Amino acid sequence: MVASLSLILLCQLIGEAVVHGLGLPLPGPVLGLLLLLILLLARDRFALLARGPLRNDGVETASKGLLAHLSLLFVPAGVGVVQKLDLLASHGVAIILVLALSVILTLLATVLTFRLVSRLLKQQDAR
Amino acid sequence: MKDNPFSLWVYLSQSPLLWLTVTLLVYATTDAVSLATRRHPLANPVLHAMWIIGAFLLATGTSYTTYFAGAQFVHFLLGPATVALAVPLYENRRRVVSSIMPMLVALVAGSVTAVVSVVLLAEFAGLPRDVVLSLAPKSVTAGVAMGIAESLHADPSLAAVAVILTGIMGAIIVTPLMNRTGVTDFRARGFAAGLAAHGIGTARAFQVDEIAGVFSGIAMSLNALVTSFLVPLVVTLLVR
Repeated sequence: MVASLSLILLCQLIGEAVVHGLGLPLPGPVLGLLLLLILLLARDRFALLARGPLRNDGVETASKGLLAHLSLLFVPAGVGVVQKLDLLASHGVAIILVLALSVILTLLATVLTFRLVSRLLKQQDAR
Repeated sequence: MKDNPFSLWVYLSQSPLLWLTVTLLVYATTDAVSLATRRHPLANPVLHAMWIIGAFLLATGTSYTTYFAGAQFVHFLLGPATVALAVPLYENRRRVVSSIMPMLVALVAGSVTAVVSVVLLAEFAGLPRDVVLSLAPKSVTAGVAMGIAESLHADPSLAAVAVILTGIMGAIIVTPLMNRTGVTDFRARGFAAGLAAHGIGTARAFQVDEIAGVFSGIAMSLNALVTSFLVPLVVTLLVR
C-alpha cells in the first residue's frame, strides 16, 4: 500500500518537475497519469518491471481506493464560495445562469458529436 | 480542564484537526444521504457538503484560510487522484483505443463549445471583464483552471468557484439530460460528463456506470490539455 501510494506520488512529482522545468502549458498530474499508464503497459511487455507496486494489483488497488471518493476531494475548493459571497450577491444569478446554459450546451455538443462520428464509422465499416 | 469552554473552542478552531474532521464528517453524511436516495442527482454530496460547511464557517466566524489549513489535506489528493485515473484507463484500454476517432472529434467540438459559449453568454449578460475571464476555463479541473485564470490576470479563486459550480450543475443535469436525448451509449455519455464537468462529472459518471466513468476520466484529462491552449485564443478573439 505504501509502495503503491509512493509510486502514484512519484509519477505526479516527475510530471510536475517536467512541466515546470520545460514550461509546458499542461497540468503536472496529467503528465503523471500518462507516466503511470506507460508504466502499466510496459509491465505487460517486460516481466522485469512486474515487481513491488506493479505486482499483484498493488497500484491498481490503491488507485481505485483514491477514485472511490473522488467527489470528496472537491469539497475544500467548493467551500471557497464563502469568500465570494459579495460577488454572488451582485452578479450571482447571471453567473449561475451563464454557467448552467454553457454546461448544457457543452454536454449536448459533446455527446451528439461522439454519437454522430461513431455512427458514421460504423456505417463505413458495414460497407 | 480549562475553566472557560470558550478558550477550548478558540484552541480547537485554530487547529487543522477540527476542520479536517468537519470536512470528512459532513461529506460522510451527505454521501450516505446520496446513497440512501439511490444516487439521486439532486442529492449531490459535494453540493450539500459545500453549503453545510460554508454555513458553519459563517456562523462561527471562521475564515476560509483557517478552514483550508485543515481541509488542504483532502484538497491535496486531487493531484494523486488524477494520476490514479491511469488505472481504469489501462484496464479498459481496448475499448478506449477502438473509440479513438469519436473521442477526438467530440473533444474538439466540446472544448470549443465550453469556452466560446461561456464567454459569449457572460458578455451578453453584461458581466464585468475580469468575471468573464475568470469564468472562461470553468469546464476544466480546479487546479488547471486556476492556472489559466492566473495567466490571464483574472481571479483564480473565482475561477475555482466557477469550476465547482459548473461541476455540480453538470453532475446534477447530466443523467436527466442524456435520458432526454435518448443516447444510451455510455461511452458517449461519460465522455460528455467529464468534458463539461471535469472531476465532479467523472465522480458522477463512475456512480452510474464503470465505462461511463472511464470515458469521463479521459475526457477530463484531454480537456485540461485543450482548454489550456484554447482559452487564451478565444479570449483574444471574443473579449472586448
